[in-house]
Amino acid sequence: MGALLQLEDVDARYGPIQALHGVSLSVAEGEIAAVLGANGAGKTTTLRAVSGTVRRSGTLTFDGRPLRGGAEATARRGIAHVPEGRGTFAELTVSENLRLGAYTRRGGLKDDTARVQQYFPWIEERKSQQAGTLSGGEQQMLALARAFMQRPRMLLLDEPSLGLAPLLVTEIFRIIRELNEHEGLTVLVVEQNAHIALQLASTAYVLEVGRVALSGPSNELQQHESVRRSYLGY
Amino acid sequence: MRLVARKTRVSTGASVPVLIGIAAVCVFLVIGSLRSDIFAQQTVAGLSQGAVFASLALALVLIYRATEVINFAQGEMAMLTTYIAYQLTIWGVTYWVAFPLTLLISFALGIFIYGVFIRPVQHRSVIALVIITVGLFILIDGLVTWKWGADLKFMQAPFGNQVYHAGGVAFARQDIGVLAVTIVSVVLLWGLFQFTKLGLAMRAAALRPAAAALVGVRVDWMLAVGWGLAAVLGAVAGLMTEPTQFLQPTMMQAVLLYSFAAAVLGGLESPAGSVVGGLALGVFLNLVGQYVGWATSELRLPIAFVVLLIVLLLKPNGLFGRKQVRRV
Repeated sequence: MGALLQLEDVDARYGPIQALHGVSLSVAEGEIAAVLGANGAGKTTTLRAVSGTVRRSGTLTFDGRPLRGGAEATARRGIAHVPEGRGTFAELTVSENLRLGAYTRRGGLKDDTARVQQYFPWIEERKSQQAGTLSGGEQQMLALARAFMQRPRMLLLDEPSLGLAPLLVTEIFRIIRELNEHEGLTVLVVEQNAHIALQLASTAYVLEVGRVALSGPSNELQQHESVRRSYLGY
Repeated sequence: MRLVARKTRVSTGASVPVLIGIAAVCVFLVIGSLRSDIFAQQTVAGLSQGAVFASLALALVLIYRATEVINFAQGEMAMLTTYIAYQLTIWGVTYWVAFPLTLLISFALGIFIYGVFIRPVQHRSVIALVIITVGLFILIDGLVTWKWGADLKFMQAPFGNQVYHAGGVAFARQDIGVLAVTIVSVVLLWGLFQFTKLGLAMRAAALRPAAAALVGVRVDWMLAVGWGLAAVLGAVAGLMTEPTQFLQPTMMQAVLLYSFAAAVLGGLESPAGSVVGGLALGVFLNLVGQYVGWATSELRLPIAFVVLLIVLLLKPNGLFGRKQVRRV
């Protein structure tokens, strides 16, 4: 299978500060890839470069065609980006959040709502609740559900484990794996928690100060001396 | 998996004490109206004036929510569109055809103003935006005076001058008409925001532009449509002011001040609050004018602002000011 998403020599900058220096990575269709690294290594910026929410240059290809334009153009290409802070519309209800997820699509939402039900059974009875009043874990699930409503080909996830209790992190990653296996969603996930990310992903990239320092299959990286010392802590 | 089973209370707009207060005032108005014909007349006339304040206040709130700026030119935009309706009737278009035509033109005007004047500086500074809306105020005022002159002009009375009698109470057909038109436009707008995909996208774009863009919403377009709709509401307010104030370049200036008061009274971020604020202000001012001897028409505007001051001292977020419940 060829690469669904390909970045070649991508730079990104916030004003005068360059955050990515020639990052190259590729994500095959149907796989889960992880981007690891310390704070400030450029993990979030990598996702933002893909979704066009940061000034970028270099070659970005999605499904054989170049990625151009800003966030809404990227969404229309079938890429769902769950950003830092989860992108929840806190003031709107749970079901309004889900409807917004499906914004780029035409036609009815019945099928999708039913499928969201399968993965997130609690959503039905909370659907008229204001999304900002959900717990952190519920908001993260709502973000996944919202992204799922978009029927994307690819999911960009920014630190899904952030601020969640270990049990919830396991639950969230279980759902991500299910979405990948049952729905064929390609996933690019950015994580601080290298341990769980390497278990989930088949390929991983380690970023250091805006450059890819290491990359390869997750099981190889797991054995890698410097990864173990810096990110896995044993 | 069921994660958290607790129920959470959600604040949506007005708190319970405020709702009880509003209900009490409504009961008072109904009882008063049943016992006194003059009271009933003044209440209806007040509601009709308040409806005009409400629609312009709602326009201010729409723009405040979308662009986070008070549009000082809202009243003058309303005045300009009323002149456009006037021009259409001069050209022989009948009033009730000119009315929807004017609303369409207003929608385009709102989008035009957003695209040309607001969008380029939107993310720079709030002060710049405020100055621009003040500049628009002066620009529109000048253009209208240059084109149509400063003297009073008259349009056909849209609702006629009949008076209805119910029991001993006389209701001006015009008051009822103004009230009805405003209520219909507010309800239509509410429906748009609450039940349509466009309305939902507009709310999302105003609340969280970055997140809205990520789900594929064209945020700039949504804000432009918001300015268009605000201009339409303003046009309704202008056209409904014309029967009492007649057409002159200054016709909306006092109305704009009352509408500011109404919008702030309602909480500035709350569409429902601005409507309640507008209606309440209209009724209050009319009843005070009727029953308080020294409160002559010169004191109308000062009284409105004293009320505003008192409400804000008691409830700094306005009547419907919403405190967001948020958990991280």
